[in-house]
Amino acid sequence: MQDLGIRVLFEGKNLIRLLEGLWVTIEISLLSVLISMILGIVLGMIMTVKNPLVKAVTRLYLEFVRIMPQLVLLFLVYFGMTRAFHVNLSGEVSAVIVFSIWGTAEMGDLVRSALISIPAHQYESGRALGLTEGQIYRYIVIPQTIRRLVPLAINLATRMIKTTSLIALIGVIEVVKVGQQIIEASRLSVPSAALWIYGVIFFLYFIICYPVAKLAARLEKAWNTV
Amino acid sequence: MSKKEEILTINHIKKDYGSLEVIKDISLTVGKGEVVVVVGPSGCGKSTLLRCINGLETIQGGEISLKGEIISGRQKDMHLVRQKIGMVFQSYDLFPHKNILDNITLGPVKAQHRKKEEAEEEAEKLLVRVGLLDKKDAYPRQLSGGQKQRVAIVRALCMHPEVMLFDEVTAALDPEMVREVLDVMLELAREGSTMIIVTHEMQFARAIADRIIFLDKGEVVEEGTPEEFFENPKTERARKFLNVFEFDTVKGVEDKK
Repeated sequence: MQDLGIRVLFEGKNLIRLLEGLWVTIEISLLSVLISMILGIVLGMIMTVKNPLVKAVTRLYLEFVRIMPQLVLLFLVYFGMTRAFHVNLSGEVSAVIVFSIWGTAEMGDLVRSALISIPAHQYESGRALGLTEGQIYRYIVIPQTIRRLVPLAINLATRMIKTTSLIALIGVIEVVKVGQQIIEASRLSVPSAALWIYGVIFFLYFIICYPVAKLAARLEKAWNTV
Repeated sequence: MSKKEEILTINHIKKDYGSLEVIKDISLTVGKGEVVVVVGPSGCGKSTLLRCINGLETIQGGEISLKGEIISGRQKDMHLVRQKIGMVFQSYDLFPHKNILDNITLGPVKAQHRKKEEAEEEAEKLLVRVGLLDKKDAYPRQLSGGQKQRVAIVRALCMHPEVMLFDEVTAALDPEMVREVLDVMLELAREGSTMIIVTHEMQFARAIADRIIFLDKGEVVEEGTPEEFFENPKTERARKFLNVFEFDTVKGVEDKK
Protein backbone atom coordinates (compact mmCIF):
# COMPACT_ATOMS: atom_id res chain seq x y z
CA MET A 1 0.00 0.00 0.00
CA GLN A 2 3.07 2.16 0.25
CA ASP A 3 2.58 3.69 -3.19
CA LEU A 4 -1.12 4.39 -3.06
CA GLY A 5 -0.80 8.00 -1.97
CA ILE A 6 -4.51 8.53 -2.21
CA ARG A 7 -4.96 6.85 1.17
CA VAL A 8 -3.67 10.04 2.71
CA LEU A 9 -7.07 11.48 1.95
CA PHE A 10 -8.84 8.99 4.14
CA GLU A 11 -6.43 9.07 7.05
CA GLY A 12 -7.91 10.60 10.15
CA LYS A 13 -10.14 13.55 9.33
CA ASN A 14 -8.19 14.65 6.32
CA LEU A 15 -11.05 14.70 3.83
CA ILE A 16 -13.38 16.42 6.29
CA ARG A 17 -10.69 19.00 6.98
CA LEU A 18 -10.24 19.62 3.28
CA LEU A 19 -13.96 20.11 2.84
CA GLU A 20 -14.02 22.46 5.83
CA GLY A 21 -11.22 24.38 4.18
CA LEU A 22 -13.24 24.46 1.00
CA TRP A 23 -16.15 25.89 2.92
CA VAL A 24 -13.94 28.72 4.18
CA THR A 25 -12.94 29.38 0.57
CA ILE A 26 -16.57 29.44 -0.49
CA GLU A 27 -17.62 31.68 2.38
CA ILE A 28 -14.93 34.24 1.72
CA SER A 29 -15.56 34.10 -2.03
CA LEU A 30 -19.31 34.45 -1.75
CA LEU A 31 -19.12 37.30 0.71
CA SER A 32 -16.58 39.14 -1.46
CA VAL A 33 -18.52 38.48 -4.63
CA LEU A 34 -21.73 39.73 -3.04
CA ILE A 35 -20.13 42.92 -1.75
CA SER A 36 -18.35 43.46 -5.07
CA MET A 37 -21.50 43.05 -7.12
CA ILE A 38 -23.48 45.56 -5.07
CA LEU A 39 -20.72 48.15 -4.78
CA GLY A 40 -19.67 47.48 -8.37
CA ILE A 41 -23.11 48.37 -9.71
CA VAL A 42 -23.00 51.63 -7.79
CA LEU A 43 -19.43 52.31 -8.92
CA GLY A 44 -20.29 51.49 -12.53
CA MET A 45 -23.14 53.98 -12.48
CA ILE A 46 -20.86 56.60 -10.96
CA MET A 47 -18.28 55.90 -13.65
CA THR A 48 -20.69 56.88 -16.41
CA VAL A 49 -21.00 60.36 -14.90
CA LYS A 50 -19.36 62.92 -17.16
CA ASN A 51 -17.70 64.92 -14.39
CA PRO A 52 -13.94 64.86 -15.13
CA LEU A 53 -12.93 64.70 -11.46
CA VAL A 54 -15.19 61.73 -10.80
CA LYS A 55 -13.81 60.12 -13.92
CA ALA A 56 -10.22 60.65 -12.88
CA VAL A 57 -10.71 59.30 -9.37
CA THR A 58 -12.59 56.18 -10.44
CA ARG A 59 -10.11 55.57 -13.25
CA LEU A 60 -7.21 55.85 -10.84
CA TYR A 61 -8.85 53.44 -8.43
CA LEU A 62 -9.52 50.94 -11.18
CA GLU A 63 -6.02 51.10 -12.65
CA PHE A 64 -4.39 50.91 -9.24
CA VAL A 65 -6.31 47.82 -8.22
CA ARG A 66 -5.75 46.18 -11.55
CA ILE A 67 -2.04 46.81 -11.66
CA MET A 68 -1.40 45.68 -8.09
CA PRO A 69 -1.09 41.91 -7.76
CA GLN A 70 -3.80 40.70 -5.42
CA LEU A 71 -1.15 39.13 -3.23
CA VAL A 72 0.51 42.48 -2.66
CA LEU A 73 -2.84 43.99 -1.75
CA LEU A 74 -3.44 41.16 0.67
CA PHE A 75 -0.08 41.66 2.36
CA LEU A 76 -0.63 45.38 2.40
CA VAL A 77 -3.93 45.07 4.22
CA TYR A 78 -3.07 42.14 6.45
CA PHE A 79 0.44 43.05 7.52
CA GLY A 80 0.60 46.70 6.60
CA MET A 81 -2.50 47.80 8.46
CA THR A 82 -1.40 46.07 11.61
CA ARG A 83 2.01 47.66 11.55
CA ALA A 84 1.01 51.14 10.49
CA PHE A 85 -2.30 51.66 12.24
CA HIS A 86 -2.33 48.91 14.83
CA VAL A 87 -5.55 47.61 13.34
CA ASN A 88 -5.45 43.93 13.94
CA LEU A 89 -7.47 42.38 11.18
CA SER A 90 -7.96 38.66 10.99
CA GLY A 91 -6.89 36.93 7.81
CA GLU A 92 -10.50 36.30 6.86
CA VAL A 93 -11.53 39.92 7.23
CA SER A 94 -8.46 41.11 5.34
CA ALA A 95 -9.29 38.67 2.58
CA VAL A 96 -12.85 39.88 2.26
CA ILE A 97 -11.70 43.50 2.24
CA VAL A 98 -9.07 42.93 -0.43
CA PHE A 99 -11.26 40.82 -2.67
CA SER A 100 -14.09 43.29 -2.34
CA ILE A 101 -11.79 46.18 -3.28
CA TRP A 102 -10.62 44.26 -6.30
CA GLY A 103 -14.01 42.84 -7.23
CA THR A 104 -15.73 46.20 -6.93
CA ALA A 105 -13.24 47.76 -9.32
CA GLU A 106 -13.63 45.00 -11.88
CA MET A 107 -17.39 44.86 -11.52
CA GLY A 108 -17.63 48.63 -11.75
CA ASP A 109 -15.82 48.54 -15.04
CA LEU A 110 -18.11 45.79 -16.34
CA VAL A 111 -21.20 47.75 -15.33
CA ARG A 112 -19.80 50.90 -16.90
CA SER A 113 -19.05 49.21 -20.19
CA ALA A 114 -22.44 47.47 -20.25
CA LEU A 115 -24.20 50.76 -19.64
CA ILE A 116 -22.34 52.74 -22.28
CA SER A 117 -22.68 49.91 -24.78
CA ILE A 118 -26.40 50.60 -25.12
CA PRO A 119 -26.51 52.72 -28.28
CA ALA A 120 -27.92 56.24 -28.05
CA HIS A 121 -30.46 55.21 -30.67
CA GLN A 122 -32.10 52.82 -28.25
CA TYR A 123 -32.87 55.73 -25.94
CA GLU A 124 -34.08 57.80 -28.90
CA SER A 125 -36.32 55.03 -30.18
CA GLY A 126 -37.91 54.85 -26.77
CA ARG A 127 -38.32 58.60 -26.67
CA ALA A 128 -39.81 58.66 -30.16
CA LEU A 129 -42.40 56.15 -28.95
CA GLY A 130 -43.43 58.56 -26.25
CA LEU A 131 -42.05 56.60 -23.32
CA THR A 132 -40.94 58.53 -20.24
CA GLU A 133 -37.28 58.44 -19.24
CA GLY A 134 -38.16 56.07 -16.41
CA GLN A 135 -39.93 53.71 -18.77
CA ILE A 136 -37.01 53.82 -21.19
CA TYR A 137 -34.68 52.64 -18.43
CA ARG A 138 -37.09 50.07 -17.12
CA TYR A 139 -38.15 48.43 -20.37
CA ILE A 140 -35.27 49.11 -22.72
CA VAL A 141 -31.97 50.02 -21.10
CA ILE A 142 -31.84 47.95 -17.93
CA PRO A 143 -33.00 44.65 -19.47
CA GLN A 144 -30.35 44.98 -22.15
CA THR A 145 -27.69 45.99 -19.64
CA ILE A 146 -28.44 42.98 -17.47
CA ARG A 147 -28.26 40.64 -20.43
CA ARG A 148 -24.82 41.94 -21.23
CA LEU A 149 -23.71 42.07 -17.64
CA VAL A 150 -24.71 38.79 -16.06
CA PRO A 151 -22.39 36.47 -18.02
CA LEU A 152 -19.48 38.85 -17.44
CA ALA A 153 -20.26 39.13 -13.74
CA ILE A 154 -20.35 35.34 -13.40
CA ASN A 155 -16.98 35.05 -15.06
CA LEU A 156 -15.64 37.60 -12.63
CA ALA A 157 -17.05 35.55 -9.75
CA THR A 158 -15.19 32.42 -10.89
CA ARG A 159 -11.99 34.44 -11.17
CA MET A 160 -12.52 35.67 -7.63
CA ILE A 161 -13.16 32.15 -6.32
CA LYS A 162 -9.93 30.91 -7.86
CA THR A 163 -7.90 33.85 -6.63
CA THR A 164 -8.94 33.31 -3.01
CA SER A 165 -6.33 30.51 -2.95
CA LEU A 166 -3.84 33.32 -2.29
CA ILE A 167 -5.17 33.82 1.20
CA ALA A 168 -3.41 30.65 2.30
CA LEU A 169 -0.38 32.93 2.29
CA ILE A 170 -1.75 35.13 5.06
CA GLY A 171 -2.55 32.13 7.17
CA VAL A 172 -6.24 31.69 6.57
CA ILE A 173 -7.11 28.03 6.91
CA GLU A 174 -8.85 27.58 3.61
CA VAL A 175 -8.69 24.63 1.29
CA VAL A 176 -5.16 25.18 -0.03
CA LYS A 177 -3.78 25.80 3.46
CA VAL A 178 -5.43 22.64 4.80
CA GLY A 179 -3.93 20.78 1.88
CA GLN A 180 -0.48 22.10 2.73
CA GLN A 181 -0.90 21.05 6.34
CA ILE A 182 -1.89 17.54 5.36
CA ILE A 183 1.03 17.32 2.97
CA GLU A 184 3.43 18.55 5.65
CA ALA A 185 2.08 16.07 8.17
CA SER A 186 2.38 13.10 5.89
CA ARG A 187 5.59 14.09 4.17
CA LEU A 188 7.46 11.03 5.47
CA SER A 189 4.69 8.47 5.46
CA VAL A 190 3.21 9.35 2.08
CA PRO A 191 5.81 11.01 -0.17
CA SER A 192 3.35 11.41 -3.03
CA ALA A 193 0.81 13.24 -0.85
CA ALA A 194 1.41 16.56 -2.62
CA LEU A 195 0.27 15.14 -5.92
CA TRP A 196 -2.85 13.61 -4.44
CA ILE A 197 -3.87 16.48 -2.24
CA TYR A 198 -3.30 19.18 -4.83
CA GLY A 199 -5.03 16.95 -7.33
CA VAL A 200 -8.06 16.79 -5.08
CA ILE A 201 -7.95 20.55 -4.50
CA PHE A 202 -7.80 21.08 -8.25
CA PHE A 203 -10.84 18.88 -8.57
CA LEU A 204 -12.69 20.76 -5.81
CA TYR A 205 -12.10 24.11 -7.50
CA PHE A 206 -13.18 22.55 -10.74
CA ILE A 207 -16.50 21.28 -9.43
CA ILE A 208 -17.27 24.73 -8.04
CA CYS A 209 -16.14 26.86 -10.94
CA TYR A 210 -17.08 24.66 -13.87
CA PRO A 211 -20.88 24.77 -13.42
CA VAL A 212 -20.69 28.50 -12.80
CA ALA A 213 -18.63 29.09 -15.93
CA LYS A 214 -20.93 26.82 -17.87
CA LEU A 215 -23.93 28.79 -16.70
CA ALA A 216 -22.29 32.02 -17.84
CA ALA A 217 -21.62 30.54 -21.26
CA ARG A 218 -25.19 29.34 -21.56
CA LEU A 219 -26.66 32.67 -20.55
CA GLU A 220 -24.38 34.41 -22.97
CA LYS A 221 -25.61 32.23 -25.78
CA ALA A 222 -29.26 32.41 -24.82
CA TRP A 223 -29.12 36.17 -24.56
CA ASN A 224 -27.02 36.71 -27.61
CA THR A 225 -29.76 38.93 -28.89
CA VAL A 226 -28.00 42.12 -27.94
CA MET B 1 -52.07 73.35 -52.16
CA SER B 2 -55.59 72.76 -51.02
CA LYS B 3 -56.41 74.32 -47.70
CA LYS B 4 -56.78 71.39 -45.38
CA GLU B 5 -56.53 71.21 -41.65
CA GLU B 6 -53.05 72.18 -40.52
CA ILE B 7 -51.37 69.43 -38.58
CA LEU B 8 -47.89 70.74 -38.10
CA THR B 9 -46.67 74.31 -38.20
CA ILE B 10 -43.03 75.20 -37.99
CA ASN B 11 -42.40 78.85 -37.45
CA HIS B 12 -38.94 80.34 -38.03
CA ILE B 13 -37.04 77.75 -36.06
CA LYS B 14 -33.32 77.99 -35.41
CA LYS B 15 -30.91 75.33 -34.24
CA ASP B 16 -27.20 75.51 -33.62
CA TYR B 17 -24.55 73.42 -31.93
CA GLY B 18 -22.43 76.17 -30.44
CA SER B 19 -20.97 78.04 -33.36
CA LEU B 20 -22.29 75.60 -35.93
CA GLU B 21 -25.63 76.75 -37.29
CA VAL B 22 -27.54 73.74 -38.52
CA ILE B 23 -30.93 75.31 -39.05
CA LYS B 24 -30.87 79.03 -39.81
CA ASP B 25 -34.51 79.81 -40.29
CA ILE B 26 -37.05 77.28 -41.42
CA SER B 27 -40.80 77.68 -41.64
CA LEU B 28 -43.08 74.99 -42.89
CA THR B 29 -46.72 74.06 -42.67
CA VAL B 30 -47.95 70.55 -43.20
CA GLY B 31 -51.60 69.89 -43.81
CA LYS B 32 -53.54 66.79 -42.95
CA GLY B 33 -52.81 63.93 -45.32
CA GLU B 34 -49.99 65.80 -46.95
CA VAL B 35 -46.72 64.12 -47.87
CA VAL B 36 -43.77 66.46 -47.67
CA VAL B 37 -40.41 65.22 -48.88
CA VAL B 38 -37.32 67.02 -47.70
CA VAL B 39 -34.25 66.71 -49.90
CA GLY B 40 -30.88 68.36 -49.90
CA PRO B 41 -27.15 67.71 -49.73
CA SER B 42 -25.81 65.94 -46.68
CA GLY B 43 -25.31 68.22 -43.73
CA CYS B 44 -28.04 70.58 -44.88
CA GLY B 45 -30.07 70.03 -41.73
CA LYS B 46 -32.77 67.66 -43.00
CA SER B 47 -32.38 65.07 -40.27
CA THR B 48 -31.94 67.74 -37.64
CA LEU B 49 -35.22 69.27 -38.77
CA LEU B 50 -37.04 65.99 -38.11
CA ARG B 51 -35.29 65.56 -34.77
CA CYS B 52 -36.34 69.05 -33.74
CA ILE B 53 -39.95 68.32 -34.62
CA ASN B 54 -40.26 65.50 -32.15
CA GLY B 55 -38.05 67.14 -29.58
CA LEU B 56 -34.99 64.92 -29.79
CA GLU B 57 -33.13 68.18 -30.33
CA THR B 58 -33.96 71.44 -28.66
CA ILE B 59 -34.35 74.52 -30.81
CA GLN B 60 -32.89 77.93 -30.07
CA GLY B 61 -35.53 80.03 -31.73
CA GLY B 62 -38.98 79.95 -33.29
CA GLU B 63 -41.68 77.49 -32.42
CA ILE B 64 -43.29 74.29 -33.57
CA SER B 65 -46.94 73.51 -33.08
CA LEU B 66 -48.96 70.39 -33.57
CA LYS B 67 -52.64 70.94 -34.27
CA GLY B 68 -52.40 74.43 -32.88
CA GLU B 69 -50.67 73.41 -29.67
CA ILE B 70 -47.12 74.63 -29.21
CA ILE B 71 -44.85 71.65 -28.66
CA SER B 72 -41.38 73.14 -28.84
CA GLY B 73 -39.34 74.29 -25.88
CA ARG B 74 -41.12 72.07 -23.41
CA GLN B 75 -39.44 70.50 -20.45
CA LYS B 76 -42.38 68.52 -19.13
CA ASP B 77 -44.64 66.04 -20.84
CA MET B 78 -42.60 65.89 -24.00
CA HIS B 79 -43.34 62.17 -24.01
CA LEU B 80 -47.04 62.91 -24.46
CA VAL B 81 -46.26 65.02 -27.50
CA ARG B 82 -44.03 62.34 -28.97
CA GLN B 83 -46.85 59.85 -28.74
CA LYS B 84 -48.56 61.84 -31.45
CA ILE B 85 -45.51 62.00 -33.68
CA GLY B 86 -44.23 58.76 -35.15
CA MET B 87 -40.60 58.57 -36.13
CA VAL B 88 -38.69 55.97 -38.10
CA PHE B 89 -34.91 56.08 -38.08
CA GLN B 90 -32.28 55.15 -40.61
CA SER B 91 -30.91 52.37 -38.41
CA TYR B 92 -34.35 50.86 -37.57
CA ASP B 93 -33.49 50.67 -33.86
CA LEU B 94 -35.77 47.88 -32.86
CA PHE B 95 -35.30 46.68 -29.30
CA PRO B 96 -33.05 43.63 -29.63
CA HIS B 97 -34.23 41.95 -26.43
CA LYS B 98 -37.89 41.92 -27.43
CA ASN B 99 -39.60 39.94 -30.13
CA ILE B 100 -41.34 41.67 -33.01
CA LEU B 101 -44.76 41.74 -31.45
CA ASP B 102 -43.42 43.12 -28.15
CA ASN B 103 -41.41 45.70 -30.03
CA ILE B 104 -44.58 46.99 -31.59
CA THR B 105 -46.81 46.86 -28.52
CA LEU B 106 -44.35 48.37 -26.03
CA GLY B 107 -45.35 51.93 -26.91
CA PRO B 108 -49.12 51.41 -27.08
CA VAL B 109 -49.19 49.39 -23.84
CA LYS B 110 -46.70 51.28 -21.70
CA ALA B 111 -46.92 54.82 -23.05
CA GLN B 112 -50.57 54.94 -24.06
CA HIS B 113 -51.82 52.46 -21.47
CA ARG B 114 -53.85 50.53 -23.98
CA LYS B 115 -54.92 46.96 -23.34
CA LYS B 116 -52.33 44.41 -24.33
CA GLU B 117 -54.80 42.25 -26.26
CA GLU B 118 -56.10 45.19 -28.22
CA ALA B 119 -52.60 46.44 -29.02
CA GLU B 120 -51.51 42.99 -30.10
CA GLU B 121 -54.53 42.59 -32.31
CA GLU B 122 -53.76 45.85 -34.04
CA ALA B 123 -50.07 45.01 -34.29
CA GLU B 124 -50.94 41.75 -36.00
CA LYS B 125 -53.21 43.51 -38.45
CA LEU B 126 -50.46 45.96 -39.31
CA LEU B 127 -47.96 43.13 -39.66
CA VAL B 128 -50.26 41.43 -42.13
CA ARG B 129 -50.27 44.60 -44.19
CA VAL B 130 -46.48 44.72 -44.39
CA GLY B 131 -46.35 40.97 -44.99
CA LEU B 132 -44.56 40.05 -41.80
CA LEU B 133 -47.14 38.34 -39.63
CA ASP B 134 -45.13 35.11 -39.66
CA LYS B 135 -42.25 36.99 -38.00
CA LYS B 136 -44.21 38.19 -34.99
CA ASP B 137 -42.43 35.88 -32.57
CA ALA B 138 -39.01 36.34 -34.15
CA TYR B 139 -36.33 38.58 -32.72
CA PRO B 140 -34.94 41.55 -34.64
CA ARG B 141 -31.60 39.81 -35.25
CA GLN B 142 -33.44 37.16 -37.30
CA LEU B 143 -34.83 39.71 -39.75
CA SER B 144 -33.26 41.34 -42.79
CA GLY B 145 -32.73 45.07 -42.86
CA GLY B 146 -35.80 45.67 -44.99
CA GLN B 147 -37.94 43.55 -42.70
CA LYS B 148 -36.65 45.38 -39.64
CA GLN B 149 -37.44 48.70 -41.21
CA ARG B 150 -40.98 47.59 -42.03
CA VAL B 151 -41.41 46.52 -38.42
CA ALA B 152 -40.08 49.89 -37.30
CA ILE B 153 -42.72 51.58 -39.45
CA VAL B 154 -45.43 49.38 -37.95
CA ARG B 155 -44.12 50.15 -34.48
CA ALA B 156 -44.55 53.86 -35.14
CA LEU B 157 -47.96 53.40 -36.82
CA CYS B 158 -49.39 51.41 -33.95
CA MET B 159 -49.25 54.57 -31.83
CA HIS B 160 -51.77 56.26 -34.20
CA PRO B 161 -49.58 59.30 -34.73
CA GLU B 162 -50.89 62.52 -36.24
CA VAL B 163 -47.78 62.77 -38.35
CA MET B 164 -45.05 60.34 -39.31
CA LEU B 165 -41.42 61.35 -39.71
CA PHE B 166 -39.12 59.21 -41.85
CA ASP B 167 -35.43 59.90 -41.47
CA GLU B 168 -33.56 58.40 -44.43
CA VAL B 169 -35.21 55.09 -43.74
CA THR B 170 -33.71 53.33 -46.75
CA ALA B 171 -30.20 54.73 -46.52
CA ALA B 172 -28.81 51.77 -44.58
CA LEU B 173 -30.55 49.11 -46.66
CA ASP B 174 -29.22 46.92 -49.42
CA PRO B 175 -30.64 48.06 -52.76
CA GLU B 176 -32.90 45.05 -53.19
CA MET B 177 -34.59 45.79 -49.89
CA VAL B 178 -35.26 49.44 -50.53
CA ARG B 179 -38.30 48.72 -52.62
CA GLU B 180 -40.23 46.75 -50.01
CA VAL B 181 -39.89 49.60 -47.55
CA LEU B 182 -40.77 52.30 -50.04
CA ASP B 183 -43.85 50.34 -51.10
CA VAL B 184 -45.10 50.37 -47.53
CA MET B 185 -44.62 54.13 -47.40
CA LEU B 186 -46.39 54.63 -50.72
CA GLU B 187 -49.36 52.73 -49.41
CA LEU B 188 -49.45 54.86 -46.29
CA ALA B 189 -49.40 57.97 -48.44
CA ARG B 190 -52.29 56.65 -50.52
CA GLU B 191 -54.29 56.07 -47.37
CA GLY B 192 -53.88 59.67 -46.39
CA SER B 193 -51.22 59.56 -43.69
CA THR B 194 -49.51 62.81 -42.96
CA MET B 195 -45.82 62.31 -43.52
CA ILE B 196 -42.54 64.18 -43.61
CA ILE B 197 -39.90 62.18 -45.39
CA VAL B 198 -36.20 62.80 -45.60
CA THR B 199 -34.73 60.74 -48.41
CA HIS B 200 -32.05 60.44 -51.04
CA GLU B 201 -34.24 58.35 -53.32
CA MET B 202 -35.15 60.97 -55.88
CA GLN B 203 -37.50 58.85 -57.96
CA PHE B 204 -39.31 57.83 -54.84
CA ALA B 205 -39.50 61.44 -53.69
CA ARG B 206 -41.05 62.33 -56.99
CA ALA B 207 -43.57 59.53 -56.80
CA ILE B 208 -44.72 60.04 -53.24
CA ALA B 209 -44.45 63.76 -52.58
CA ASP B 210 -47.23 66.28 -52.62
CA ARG B 211 -44.58 68.87 -52.01
CA ILE B 212 -40.81 68.90 -52.16
CA ILE B 213 -38.75 71.04 -49.83
CA PHE B 214 -35.15 71.59 -50.87
CA LEU B 215 -32.91 72.47 -47.97
CA ASP B 216 -29.38 73.72 -48.20
CA LYS B 217 -27.17 75.11 -45.45
CA GLY B 218 -29.98 75.19 -42.93
CA GLU B 219 -32.62 77.02 -44.92
CA VAL B 220 -35.38 76.29 -47.38
CA VAL B 221 -33.97 77.14 -50.79
CA GLU B 222 -36.81 75.93 -52.91
CA GLU B 223 -40.26 74.57 -52.41
CA GLY B 224 -42.73 73.21 -54.91
CA THR B 225 -44.54 70.31 -56.44
CA PRO B 226 -42.38 67.38 -57.53
CA GLU B 227 -42.95 68.24 -61.18
CA GLU B 228 -41.79 71.83 -60.72
CA PHE B 229 -38.83 70.87 -58.62
CA PHE B 230 -37.47 68.00 -60.66
CA GLU B 231 -38.21 69.29 -64.13
CA ASN B 232 -37.72 72.95 -63.71
CA PRO B 233 -35.82 73.87 -60.58
CA LYS B 234 -35.89 77.59 -59.98
CA THR B 235 -32.59 78.02 -58.19
CA GLU B 236 -29.04 77.35 -59.20
CA ARG B 237 -28.40 75.43 -55.99
CA ALA B 238 -31.26 73.03 -56.65
CA ARG B 239 -30.08 72.50 -60.22
CA LYS B 240 -26.59 71.71 -59.00
CA PHE B 241 -27.94 69.32 -56.42
CA LEU B 242 -30.15 67.53 -58.92
CA ASN B 243 -27.26 67.19 -61.36
CA VAL B 244 -25.70 64.75 -58.97
CA PHE B 245 -28.67 62.50 -59.63
CA GLU B 246 -28.79 63.25 -63.32
CA PHE B 247 -28.29 59.69 -64.40
CA ASP B 248 -31.30 58.59 -62.37
CA THR B 249 -33.42 61.48 -63.45
CA VAL B 250 -32.74 61.12 -67.15
CA LYS B 251 -33.58 57.48 -66.97
CA GLY B 252 -36.74 58.22 -65.01
CA VAL B 253 -37.86 60.76 -67.60
CA GLU B 254 -37.22 58.38 -70.46
CA ASP B 255 -39.16 55.61 -68.78
CA LYS B 256 -42.17 57.85 -68.59
CA LYS B 257 -42.08 58.90 -72.22
